Amino acid sequence: MSGGAAVGGFWAMGGYARFVWPCFAFAFAVLVWNLWAARRYHAQARRRVQRALAMAGTQA
Amino acid sequence: MWTWFYRLASPPHVYRLAATLTPWFLIPALIAIGYGVIDGLAFAPPDYQQGDAFRIVYVHAPAAWMSLFCYVTMAVSGAIGLIWRIKVAHAVSAASAPIGASFTLLALFTGSLWGRPMWGTFWAWDPRLTSELILLFLYVGVMSLRTAFEDSSRGDRAAALLAIVGVVNVPIIHYSVVWWNSLHQGATVARLGKPQMTPSMLWPLLAMLFGFMCFYGAVLCMRLRGEVLQREGQSRWVREALNP
Repeated sequence: MSGGAAVGGFWAMGGYARFVWPCFAFAFAVLVWNLWAARRYHAQARRRVQRALAMAGTQA
Repeated sequence: MWTWFYRLASPPHVYRLAATLTPWFLIPALIAIGYGVIDGLAFAPPDYQQGDAFRIVYVHAPAAWMSLFCYVTMAVSGAIGLIWRIKVAHAVSAASAPIGASFTLLALFTGSLWGRPMWGTFWAWDPRLTSELILLFLYVGVMSLRTAFEDSSRGDRAAALLAIVGVVNVPIIHYSVVWWNSLHQGATVARLGKPQMTPSMLWPLLAMLFGFMCFYGAVLCMRLRGEVLQREGQSRWVREALNP
């Protein structure tokens, strides 16, 4: 089998490409979302506390 | 021993520990998942019955396992929070919920895409599928209940109770393929005897499972830091940590 045909065969996934690739794409999206959401959650909590501390400092 | 236990579970200690542990979970997770995806997609042989569609198992099975693992973690930490009144345990429970819900959604989505070519339908009211869908509803219920109270400690207690009650669904999901007639295939890896998979197919699956476990550990640590900050915003150690 030539290189091009082998690559084409890989992407075709034996005729199941429309089922296999969306699964892996969705899995990738879920993993990336988890990382992004966790980072964002921590950053937001941190900002909220810092804002509260700054306000407390101003009032004092 | 209890003093040690309480010191270990103290919010400042957990906040620092979670920061230290995050890369120790994340780096092995990325390596294992990278290896599992490449080996599973490119090098594992196609299944003799399912052809290349079987490769969906490399994301479906770890996601389904993790959906159960996260739920049990959420319920056990909720129970610890209820019994010993450890605030960090409720934070672990709260941090686990969205991660577990996302894994459950992934398991349902990939299972659905696997079902279409294998069973001829995206969805069937099969015991395994239905109980997994109930698990997703439980996750959503626990997360909603936690935020439904103005007093966060009441929300924590209510969410922990629902999580504990919902644990009954975990063995139902696991044994549904044994107890009832199911379209879903039985256990192929988690068997008391030898796994039914050939090693060239099994290794990428085990790598993906390990990778997903480590990934959960990393994301849990990251979320836990946010949860601890959220709950301990007024504490002196938070002021000192954020305003050195």
